[in-house]
This record gives sequence, structure tokens and C-alpha cells, in this order.
Amino acid sequence: MWRRKHLLDLRSLSREELVHVLDTAEGFKEISQRSVKKAPALRGKVVVNLFFEDSTRTRNSFTLAASRLSADVLEFTAKGSSVSKGETLRDTARNLEALGIDIVVIRHSASGAPHLLSQCIDCSVVNAGDGQHEHPTQGLLDIFTIRERRGQVEGLKVAIVGDIAHSRVARSNIWGLHTLGAEVYLVGPPTLMPAAAEKLPVQAVCHDFDAIIGEMDALNMLRIQFERTEAAGFPSVREYTRLFGLTVERMKRAKPDVLVMHPGPINRGLELESEVADGPNSTILQQVSNGVAVRMAVLFLVNQGAAQAGRGRPRRS
Amino acid sequence: MSERLWIRNGRVIDPASGRDAVGDVWVQEGKIAAAGQVGGAAAREIDATGLIVAPGLIDMHVHLREPGDEEEETIASGAAAALAGGFASVVCMPNTDPTIDNEATVDFVYRQGAAARQANVFAAGAITKGRAGQELAEMGQMVRGGAVAFTDDGAGVQSPAVLLRALRYARMFDKAILQHCQDEALAGSGVVNSGYWATVLGLPGMNALAEELMLYRDIQLARQAQGRYHAQHLSTRGSVEIVRQAKAEGARVTAEATPHHLLLTEESCQTYDANYKTNPPLRSSGDVEALRAGVADGTIDCLVTDHAPHLRNEKELEFLYAPFGIIALECAVGLYVKALIEPGVIDWARLMALLTVNPARVCGLAKGTLAAGADADITLIDPARRWRVEAGRFRSKSRNCPYDGWELAGRAVATIVGGEVRFQLQGD
Repeated sequence: MWRRKHLLDLRSLSREELVHVLDTAEGFKEISQRSVKKAPALRGKVVVNLFFEDSTRTRNSFTLAASRLSADVLEFTAKGSSVSKGETLRDTARNLEALGIDIVVIRHSASGAPHLLSQCIDCSVVNAGDGQHEHPTQGLLDIFTIRERRGQVEGLKVAIVGDIAHSRVARSNIWGLHTLGAEVYLVGPPTLMPAAAEKLPVQAVCHDFDAIIGEMDALNMLRIQFERTEAAGFPSVREYTRLFGLTVERMKRAKPDVLVMHPGPINRGLELESEVADGPNSTILQQVSNGVAVRMAVLFLVNQGAAQAGRGRPRRS
Repeated sequence: MSERLWIRNGRVIDPASGRDAVGDVWVQEGKIAAAGQVGGAAAREIDATGLIVAPGLIDMHVHLREPGDEEEETIASGAAAALAGGFASVVCMPNTDPTIDNEATVDFVYRQGAAARQANVFAAGAITKGRAGQELAEMGQMVRGGAVAFTDDGAGVQSPAVLLRALRYARMFDKAILQHCQDEALAGSGVVNSGYWATVLGLPGMNALAEELMLYRDIQLARQAQGRYHAQHLSTRGSVEIVRQAKAEGARVTAEATPHHLLLTEESCQTYDANYKTNPPLRSSGDVEALRAGVADGTIDCLVTDHAPHLRNEKELEFLYAPFGIIALECAVGLYVKALIEPGVIDWARLMALLTVNPARVCGLAKGTLAAGADADITLIDPARRWRVEAGRFRSKSRNCPYDGWELAGRAVATIVGGEVRFQLQGD
């Protein structure tokens, strides 16, 4: 069922593997609701949070997930890239490995950094977001939330709205949702679509939000990065909000039970109007809670995968 | 070098004269001698039965990194690598530190090349000072020092006004302008081909139009300037079509292609292995097919490795941060066989033309022929020899070779420079 030592992306996961992670997460969710929120699954194991990019919620979520499984957590913050630090990613990772660790959770601004890591060290690698490539645990928690609310994923219509070109969240959602049988719609201006958007496994690439919103079962509203002015994909915030922001007005066209999702942190009044973000359709806080359970499942499974892979093989010193 | 050589019973392919027949080649006093004109003491005999005897191969696009990055390659190590790959002559690019943009640095290249006594090393000078794309470098002075062509390779000359000036000025010396076609504004920070794999991998893409628009623009400029224009490392279907059309219309344009653009596609980047990171980037299988068709119909004149050595620790960086470039001098012949001969794109005689007389003409080298009186630069190739690429055994100082471990057919077994056997393949 699960033989993977690493979780680098959702693109390579089979339907069975995805379902297995989601089912495992469901089991772990119960732990988070106990008064004593601990399970011994990773007791004696060391998890390193290796974050080369600022992140509060993903890091906290992984830290909590690891500690609820009784692992020891080592926090490692590297400001800027390995290049600007002078130490290469390989060297940083090998140094950590020499300390005796079991799982590296890596967040990095360069796409493919977790792949690189998985090739040069022996321990498990979990991708906590790499460049514009993937953010698999975010994709999993989004899908987990959809499944929890709707009982299933197959056959649902999910719109991902915003800067698809630069979004790792979008990529993980696309692969995971597609594999589980959902129909994915990409919504945003052509300037924020990747070069080959139509070759991805999506139902449609759409530039008119209002034309499709009525059919959708879930709306995943991506965070718009103001910072990205270098090659801005839209002329002004005002114009973006009018065309693609989820306003109270626009919500009137949506199904009454549509799920409003957001990976956070939200820009209130930009991609989401406050009333919508805080409204009954919003799953934003539920996503955050589910994130811990999903990450517990991922840490648990990659550790299990490593144990299987390492069976009968001496560990490299 | 007064050694006399008798190269016996090989398949002599000399595209410059149209010769392609089994026979002998004589060498005396460092020159090719006509049969029957060799006198005096007995010659050293080389049995070339089953081998191809061709003019010394020429690679007009290599990076030897000296001066400035001698830890990656030196003129001596790069020229030794060339020799081991069957290349009797290479033209090195000026994107060194300092830039080869004046007579003194050109002269330095020739002195280092002569001291190394490996392959002949010719220098291409920069088009603009410091390769900054602004002011013309002293082309006249560099020609006096021996520069054979001009290029800002690594980057294209962005300003059409500057390129037009360069094309007109270089006409005075009858030298070609070699352009790395890439519009920087459009290419942006791209590291792979813009398309499906860039999208999946989340890596910034380079638009094929960045190459094609500059190429199209340049050809119009070259026509007006009546200059000699050579497009470096074509990588897209559109580029091949643009050159094909221009040639049909009589433009003075030539073009080259690399083994990697003839063999590899963007799909190779999916493991984020930076040994597949090149500029221009690896493109689609359709582009590979178009490039091969361009070789077949003569749109592409020359084959070049764009040998670009980099340190292992640099290539082990994140794909985004690793430098561009692949090395291939020592396995190039086998790669060309795989890309062009095995699939039946061209035959050996055409392949030899693309590696000898054609680049010699573009760069104005008195090389690339086995005519009597020519410099005795000769390459012996075993077309049937099967071998395995082992980058760890390269003479090059670098190892950034994506072909490591490949099984190839066809290999240079001896390289003769100026009548001197400077490389001979030992055992296996």
C-alpha cells in the first residue's frame, strides 16, 4: 500500500496511495481531539524542519504533527538560499544527517530542492513546498477537507482561482484531485496561467469566473502575491478583485453549499471579501486543523516506508 | 615535425574535394603529400583498414575557461579533451574572465594553445567590450592577434543598432559574427524550455520566441550590412525554418547545432539533474526532429559541442541556481553517430563535412581538407567501435556530462595534428 520513503510530490502518487494517506490522516485526526494529544508512533525519531523560506503556519503545523507522534523536532532556519549562505544544500543536509535524524521536512524557494535532497541523504524527505513546483501536504489537506465535507472527491468540480503559473499549491491540487477523479477548472487571467496549462490534467482553463462559478462544488482561492511586481500578471489590485475576487456579490451565483477554500494567509478584500472568508461556506480554519492530521499521516507513512526500504540493508554511516 | 606517415588502406573521406574512397594518405613535413611524391627514409605506417580517414575534425564552439576559471578547464586540458575526441582544432569562446576582447588576451590564448601542443586552439574575440553589448571591441587589433570570428556567446547582442554596426565593421576583415540568439527580456529568468515540463516542474521557462525573434531580426540586419552572420546552437523548430527560408532567399547565413539539442529533450530535466541545464535549453522532441531535418537538408552547416565545463559542486546545486552547460568533446563523434548516422539522417561523408570543411569556411581556417599541401591534421575514426562513455576518465577537468554511462558506436582512434600523432586510443 505505502512503500515510499519520501513525499516529494503528488504527481507520482497513485489513487490507492492518496486514499491511504487520507484514511491514515482520518485516524490521526481523532488524536488531535483528545485531551492528551499524543501517540507514540514516532517515539525516538528525529524530525528536522529545514526551512529556507519564511513560513509560520506550515512549520507550526509540521512541528505539532511531529510532536503529537512523540518525535523530537529540530528547528532549522536558514535565511535566504543555500547559495547566499555559502553552504550548499547538500552540505547542510549531510551535516544534519550526521546528527542522526530520520525525517527532513524541507521548504525551499527553488523547485526541485527536495528531489536533490532525497538523492544525497539517506533519511526520509518531505516536501513542505518547493519553489513553484509542489506543496504536497497542502494539496493533501485541501483534498482531505473536501472529502470530509462532501464524503467523496470523485465527480466533484473544483475551481482553482488565481496565480496558477507561480503556485505550488495549485500544482499539488491539480495532480491529487485529478488522480482521485475530480474535475479541475483553472481560473485566472491568461497572464497568470503557466505556459502549458491546457496540457495539465484539467477540465478547462477559464478566464471568466462568473461563467463557471455556478457549477463548482469547491472554490480554492489562491493567495495573490503583491510582491511579484517584476512581471505583474495583472494591471492593478482593483482590477484583479473585480474579475477574480470572491465577493459577496459573486457568491450569489455559486451553489449554496459551495466550499470556499484558501491556503492562507488570506489577503482580505483582495482574493476574498471578509464576509466570504468568515462565512458559512468557508473551510479555511478547518483546513488548518486538518493540516496537522494530514502531516501526522505523512510523517508516519514515510517513516514506515523508510523502515521497509531499509530492512536488511545496513545504514550508511 | 618531419616524421613521414603512411596511412594505409582507410576509407578516405575528404568532403572538401569530394573524395570518398578506400586508399592511402601520405604526410611529409607536417603537410599532406600527394601520392608518389614521398621520398627519403621509410615512413611510419598506420594501418587504417576499416577506419575512416578524415581531415582533422574542427569544433568551432567550445569553452576552455582560461583565463579566469582554470579550476573548471584550462586551454591545455580542454585542448587535450578535444584531441581525445578526434578534434584537431577548436575555436574557443571569449566569455572568460577577463573577456577575450583585445589583442593581448587573443595572443594569450594562442600562446597557451601552442605551449599545450594538443589540438590547435583558435580564438574567437568578443563583439563588444566586456561582452556588455554596448561598444564594439577592437576587432582589427584582435584579427591581427589571430581572432577567427567574433561573438558575445553566453549572451546575444541585444541592441539591433550595435549588432548592425558589428556586422558592417567585421566585413572589413571578412570575419563572421557568431550570435547566441536570445532576447533577454523575453527569455527572462528561464532555466528550461517554456512548455509542459517547465509547468510541471515549476521552473521558469524560456520562450522559443526569445531565440527565433532575435535570429529573424539578425538575418535582416546581416542582409542590410552584407555581413557574414552565423547563428549559434539552434534549438527550435522555428529557428531551423527561419534559417532555411533565409538561405533559400540567398542570405549569407550559416548555422550550427549541438549534440544535446539533437539528442535530448526537456523531459530529461524531470529529475532536476542540473547536468541537463543548458542555454539554450533542451526543447521538445518536435524540435529535435526539426533540427535533424535541418542537418539533413543543409540548413545547419556545422556541428559543435558547446563544450561548457563546470565544477561538480556547482552542478550539484539546486537546478535553479546551477550554471548552464554540458561537456561533450570526448564523446562527440559517438553522439553524432547516434543522432544522425544511426537513424539515417545523413551519411558519414556528410557528417565529416559538418565537422571539417564547413566550420573551416565559417571561421576562415586553412584547415579541414586532405588536399595535397594542406596542414596534415587528420582524424582516424573507427565507425564500428562500440564503447561506453566514462566521464570519470575524461581529460577535461570537469565532469558535467549527461552522457556518462551511455553506450555509443563510433569513436576517434587517432588524432594527427601537423603531421604529429598526438592522440592514439590505447587498448580499450
